[in-house]
Amino acid sequence: MNGEHESDEALLERFQRAAFEYFLTQGNPANGLVADTTRAGAPASIAVVGFGLSCYAVGVERGWMSRSDAAARVLATLRFFWNSLQSEAPDASGYKGFYYHFLDMQSGRRMWQSELSLIDSGLLLAGMLTAGAYFDARTPGEDEIRVLADALYRRVDWQWAQGGAATVRQGWKPDSGFFHYGWDGYSEAAILYVLALASPTHPLSPDCYAAWTATYQWENIYDYEYLYAGPLFIHQFSHVWIDFDGIRDEFMREKRSDYFENSRCAVSVQREFARRNPHGYAGYGEDCWGISANDGPGFKTLTIEDRERRFFGYAARGIPYGPDDGTIAPGAALASLPFAPQIVLAALRELCARYPQMTQASRLPSGFNPTLPGEGPQGWVSEGYFGLDQGAIVLMIENYRSQLLWRLMRRCPYIAAGLRSAAFTGGWLA
Amino acid sequence: MSHDESPVGARPLDPDSLALLANVHPPVWRNPRPTGTYDFVIVGAGPAGMLAARGAATLGRKVALIERNLLGGNCLNVGCVPSKALIGTARLYARMRDAKDLGVPVPEAVRINVAEAMQRIRHLQARLSRADSAGYLRDHGVDVYFGAARFAGPTQVRVEGAVLRFKKALIATGARPMTPAIPGIVAAGYLTNENAFKLREAPRRLLVIGGGPLGCELAQAFCRLGSHVVIAQDDPMFLQGEERDAAQILSDSLARDGIEIHLNTQVVAVRTQGKQKIVELASDESKLSVSVDEILAGVGRAPNVENMDLEAARVEYDTGTGIRVNDFLQTTNARIYAAGDVCLEHKFTHMADATARMVLHNALTRGRGRLSALTVPWCTYTDPEIAHVGLYVHEARQRAIPVKTFTILMHDVDRAVTDGDEEGFLKIHVKEGTDRILGATVVARHAGEMINELSVAMTAGIGLGELGRVIHAYPTQGEAIKMAADAYYRTRLRATAH
Repeated sequence: MNGEHESDEALLERFQRAAFEYFLTQGNPANGLVADTTRAGAPASIAVVGFGLSCYAVGVERGWMSRSDAAARVLATLRFFWNSLQSEAPDASGYKGFYYHFLDMQSGRRMWQSELSLIDSGLLLAGMLTAGAYFDARTPGEDEIRVLADALYRRVDWQWAQGGAATVRQGWKPDSGFFHYGWDGYSEAAILYVLALASPTHPLSPDCYAAWTATYQWENIYDYEYLYAGPLFIHQFSHVWIDFDGIRDEFMREKRSDYFENSRCAVSVQREFARRNPHGYAGYGEDCWGISANDGPGFKTLTIEDRERRFFGYAARGIPYGPDDGTIAPGAALASLPFAPQIVLAALRELCARYPQMTQASRLPSGFNPTLPGEGPQGWVSEGYFGLDQGAIVLMIENYRSQLLWRLMRRCPYIAAGLRSAAFTGGWLA
Repeated sequence: MSHDESPVGARPLDPDSLALLANVHPPVWRNPRPTGTYDFVIVGAGPAGMLAARGAATLGRKVALIERNLLGGNCLNVGCVPSKALIGTARLYARMRDAKDLGVPVPEAVRINVAEAMQRIRHLQARLSRADSAGYLRDHGVDVYFGAARFAGPTQVRVEGAVLRFKKALIATGARPMTPAIPGIVAAGYLTNENAFKLREAPRRLLVIGGGPLGCELAQAFCRLGSHVVIAQDDPMFLQGEERDAAQILSDSLARDGIEIHLNTQVVAVRTQGKQKIVELASDESKLSVSVDEILAGVGRAPNVENMDLEAARVEYDTGTGIRVNDFLQTTNARIYAAGDVCLEHKFTHMADATARMVLHNALTRGRGRLSALTVPWCTYTDPEIAHVGLYVHEARQRAIPVKTFTILMHDVDRAVTDGDEEGFLKIHVKEGTDRILGATVVARHAGEMINELSVAMTAGIGLGELGRVIHAYPTQGEAIKMAADAYYRTRLRATAH
């Protein structure tokens, strides 16, 4: 099916539903953990769990699962996180209310010596609070969901996560302590800061947010003016939960823009970069773009059509400064739907028409690279599927279709409080 | 090697080295016998000291120049001159390797000969040293003393038994490579810029410690000369403090050359095993050991403030930050000034030059030049080069200055495309709502040349709009600046249209 004769609504429904299936098939119903990828032996990613907790609400609203099934999954998840080991032990699930990036799908213990990840914990908490906002019925199960979501959020020690610095650190490990670097430049961390600023128990001070935004760069690139960040996902992740349309912090007041408009510009810059295609990669074009953090062909250098090409594995690809190895993240393009619907729908239709073999299952791989020969015009294609991509697709399509996540999180008092603490004003906050 | 040793001493005594030595520290040299009080005594004959000595002599002042080692200082002997010569050679090898990009078959059997490259360096040093030889300075009114200077009071300095009295003095003793605080590294031995240019062949395996300008430049150069280079850097990106995107492009470039990069990584220990050095690396993620033949340390430079009895002259100093100076470059002894690496955070030859000029002006002509008023460009000579002038965005924002950045990608500049120099960008930061240039970063093969136009504009108060009215020769890579100005104009036109 190449989508040629499908309505926009039908096309989106098909891809959204297929992405949603990821969370039904890759989750462990016993503890709610969701695998990072569909690959054999993949651990759970706490960020993917956060996306999953948000997706269940979409599933219920779209009639893809019952409310009781969704509530049961959410409750299993929250109970696991509430009861799992929080300590400095190297195999604990978390510490100080944060969680390790990767956990064992069965035991829930730390995997791969991964870091206590602040941003991934932030995405997990956003999912928990989404579930708390959605499951509002006066039933024992949904009552417990709300209580647990709130308790898990309140348990997080955001002040500790500063590690004595002006901004929050990126991670911590039991044997080596905090990573010695924090967030520099615009990134997906807005949701993290909003949650941290609103904490009733261990809040960050507004100075931390100001210290972070002091590293922003407002750039004019290809005649588009925007708050620059290279990878596309940066312009999306916080927007999954927060409707930034019309609300402005001090930085955006100065620039007379907002973060929603900014993401729209980021999409235009991505498209323009692909159209100019300075490195001559196969496939790039105005309807085929999406440079983001995603899986790649692996770290190797090959000569292709008489030209030396260097490829990467999983990497935070970005434009216009790179890294860029010709790998396209189709999910990142689709997750831009709320910002630039016409452009994104055109890209989705182009993808279906040009690469039917890759899109016939209505699921998008983490990456494909037409420059690196493979089976078909799509070239190399990432094996299996990645939870982060599927989650972003489900949720951003839903925000485009019904604004469900944004409506839910507007009702979450912590989101509004965090935004106000970061000096956001206007729009729906007024 | 300490800064007291002669870098020439260990070189092959070929005709070029002998010629260099004859200019920068003649084997037979008789120090003058001081008579009366000097108007100006300069301690240290690097770029700052040499410029000040020539300038003072031109002003007709009685001037003495004291050097314990070699005239020309780091720049000529162990710094910019040899490193840029080596980089030039390495770049050519890289261009031959990449010849296909310009439609040229890759030359067959390219033989890398580091010994010849080093010979060329010595030849260039000998040639460049002619301009400021000891004899030339003497003939132009400078009393040149070789020997270690020690202050004997607030207005006198002793050298080789002679006491030189002065009205004003300048300390310009420069800086030296810092010793890395890594267990075992001193015993194992390591290279710095002071001895790397004496190598006769490229090390087969080289570990570079430090991702600052020196580390990145020499890592890339030795890689292109055939070494397998591993670089370890404590920070998450190269060139700490530099524009993040510039560091990203540099990182890509080094990786493309084949350098093994370890960011966020500390070197925790070094030991020897036979002829090889075993280096233990540790990061937040992992620990590993690498075996190399040589280690090159580029971990910063320490000011040369020791063994001068500065206390006797009432000159305050810190062994880390150097001699304390005020905005007019006066030390805590108002008669004594300092210039260059010994007192500056920005340890560049052009800053030694600029501050020496300021000292001449302030000390000898009652000037009031201020260090804080200087517009300071700099450049890291990797490929592509990374050049900067003025404020970074975060610095401007810390000062509550709203900033807008106009970015031009080199892949959109015609000449860069035709030259195959598409990697890089130009970013010009202006104050929001105006065309006042606050700073700029250029990443391009010839960024060091391009930054000068922006330095001129900033120093002369020329705005980005005004630069747009300057006709730039087409096609040049410098046209990127004109393109940024055009982008600025379009924003103005759009604002007018709305």
